[in-house]
Amino acid sequence: MATTTAPVRRRRPRRSGIQGREAVAGWLFVAPVLVILGLFLVLPVAMAAWVSVSDWTGRGSPFSSDVGFVGAQNYRTLMVDGGLATQDFGTAMRNNAWYVLLVVPTQTAISLFLAVMVNRRILRGRGFFRTAFYFPSVTSSVAIVVLWLFLFSASGAVNKLLSFIGIAGPNWFNDPRGIVHVTLGAIGVDAPAAGLLAEHGFLGITWWQWLAGPSFAMSAFILMAVFTTSGTFMLLFIAALQNISGEVEEAAMMDGTTAWQRFRLVTLPMLRPTLFTVLTLGLIGAWQVFDQIYTGTQGGPSKTTLTPAFLSYQASFNNGRWGQGAAIAFVLFALIVVLTVAQRFILRESDTVPRRKRFVRTPPVPTLTDEKSST
Amino acid sequence: MKRKSSTTTLAALLAAGALTLTACGGGSGFDDESADADAGAGAGAGNAELTVLIGSSGDSETDAVTTAVSDWSTESGTAASVNVASDLVQQLSQGFAGGNPPDVFYLGSETFAGYAANGSLLPYAAELSNADDFFPTLSETFTFDGTFTCAPKDFSTLALIINTDAWATAGLTDADIPTTWDQLRSTATALTTDTQVGLTFGPEYQRIGAFFEQAGGSMTSEDGTEAAVNSAENVEALTYVKSLLTEGVLKYPADIDSGWGGEAFGTGKAAMTIEGNWIDGAMKTDYPDVSYTVVELPAGPAGKGTLQFTNCWGIAADGANTGAATALVEHLTAPETQLAFADAFGVMPSVQSAAADWTAKYPEKAAFLDSAEFAVGVVNAQGATDVIADFNAQLEALASSDPQAILDSVQTNLEAVLGASS
Repeated sequence: MATTTAPVRRRRPRRSGIQGREAVAGWLFVAPVLVILGLFLVLPVAMAAWVSVSDWTGRGSPFSSDVGFVGAQNYRTLMVDGGLATQDFGTAMRNNAWYVLLVVPTQTAISLFLAVMVNRRILRGRGFFRTAFYFPSVTSSVAIVVLWLFLFSASGAVNKLLSFIGIAGPNWFNDPRGIVHVTLGAIGVDAPAAGLLAEHGFLGITWWQWLAGPSFAMSAFILMAVFTTSGTFMLLFIAALQNISGEVEEAAMMDGTTAWQRFRLVTLPMLRPTLFTVLTLGLIGAWQVFDQIYTGTQGGPSKTTLTPAFLSYQASFNNGRWGQGAAIAFVLFALIVVLTVAQRFILRESDTVPRRKRFVRTPPVPTLTDEKSST
Repeated sequence: MKRKSSTTTLAALLAAGALTLTACGGGSGFDDESADADAGAGAGAGNAELTVLIGSSGDSETDAVTTAVSDWSTESGTAASVNVASDLVQQLSQGFAGGNPPDVFYLGSETFAGYAANGSLLPYAAELSNADDFFPTLSETFTFDGTFTCAPKDFSTLALIINTDAWATAGLTDADIPTTWDQLRSTATALTTDTQVGLTFGPEYQRIGAFFEQAGGSMTSEDGTEAAVNSAENVEALTYVKSLLTEGVLKYPADIDSGWGGEAFGTGKAAMTIEGNWIDGAMKTDYPDVSYTVVELPAGPAGKGTLQFTNCWGIAADGANTGAATALVEHLTAPETQLAFADAFGVMPSVQSAAADWTAKYPEKAAFLDSAEFAVGVVNAQGATDVIADFNAQLEALASSDPQAILDSVQTNLEAVLGASS
């Protein structure tokens, strides 16, 4: 016993010594990143958090003695007071919610579809199609905004195309009408008919306004987002698809599945981690939409392309309300975190339960276990 | 042992690397600052180089300002450099927030109150030798808490711009030049054809506000402390504008594929527009073949009225050399300099002593300066930017909205802002 424990004891300090040095080395390895992250990420975020609860007017350091603490005042102005600031924030949230609601599922579906298409071995010129679909993603978003402004101008190419099939296109980037309102208006439902919806609301705007849908201007941005981001996410899906080995598909074929069944029951479940990544990245990107708005419409027409990110910029830089601008950024941050967690929760739930159920209910398994337990 | 030594070496290397990296990052920053400080200390605080930040309309403006500033530099011996901002409002905010603002800068009347309130601006204007020479309405615009804070740079007023060819084609003569709202409606109707609309201007308070003044209304009470947006006069004015829109003789530039009134006018999509004297430069460079004439805006039920827009020369209170900055602004607002600016980029001098020279020199643009007599400044209360932006957003949909409802909502918003700042 003593002989066996002694070497262990001797070894232990040595090992921990090496481990101790390894720990030091480890810290040294991460030190540059920690310093950089601390200086350029943690510190600015902490400063912004302070600004969001202060009355800093944008002159000199926000930590100077004449900057006061105002508690949740900025957040209250933004979300509770019901004044112009609340209305603007509500409008921005409304616009962006519609944007997210339409962009994220569409871009995910299209990128998955494109990935499956260009991943097929029989397709000729796969390389060409992959490049072509990815091309909008590498182009600068500013350049695409300019292109979009031309395409969707009142007498632009899109409206010309629409006129060939007998549709008088709207003046896209100058039309503040929400598309849901327009559709409802066509069947005779308008604001007075909405009754209660027009009298109550949330964040300073009525439920009827929440229901307006994206304006034509925002719809053009939605199309643009789908156009530019589908390529990027297609790339993620292609990588994931290539990770699925051919045997799995062959096995499914041997079981006599149709192509659609193979996609729905084999490929799609195996893509779930990637699907989560794509949805999360899409969600975050869509809630932070800024550069299109900044270069394209600056929030117009009639504030229908105002987004929280742009509103935050406008409040801080143009109107000198730094506290409110920072508060918007933090509300947006909280919203994104909540939505991401919720999405993770939902995807996990549907991921685990049905598969196990399916496994348990297959006929051979109970008989096997029965035999085992009986013997 | 071998392993240990290699780990140590690696760690040492890494540490050294990290230190160098951070040292470099910090070092260059310190270098910049110390260089600045050295320059300041070496030359003496009274001679620190001045930085001038301007938002330029183009090369001619940049060149004119640069020349004026360098003339002053040679004369006074204080170095000064002119920077052109790509986004003046944002760059100014950044300068003040970072504690490193430019010494002298253009400042719009709508952002003036905010900077004056937080103490960013040096209230120097009252001490200028030519302080009394500025047009009184302009001095008022840049007065905060009773102190004339910064010197008006120049100003613009709105007038009616008429395409003379379209005018003749429609069979109209000089006698038909509109002087009342009814005549404006009838000429706009006469000028409206299949390819050309009679009148155009942007859907914004900065144009439509002129009609308020003509109807006898205003955005605020006389002293600017109370909102008076939903007065009967303003409702009448907005209803009149709406009727022009619904009759199709007035169209917003966006509805005729144009970015602003001047573009719609220059491309011949509109025969008349309401713009300020900046349209002159755009017409010269972009549409030199279009012949036009400038007349005063037609009078409304309560007489003549127009809006004026102005910028001032702001001086940062935290600047190292505010004395020299004030001297520079005095030079830049002198009548000779302002007339040189007028020559270069078409602005109107902010001092009364240069007015006669200007009118004599540019008789075709006299209507702009003549309008100064009855011009009123735009709302510039602190925090009003959002209210005006919201007003403009609602004006875009004027054709399908109720004027009274629009004005009521703006009244509520403006009351909130004026109540908070007083």
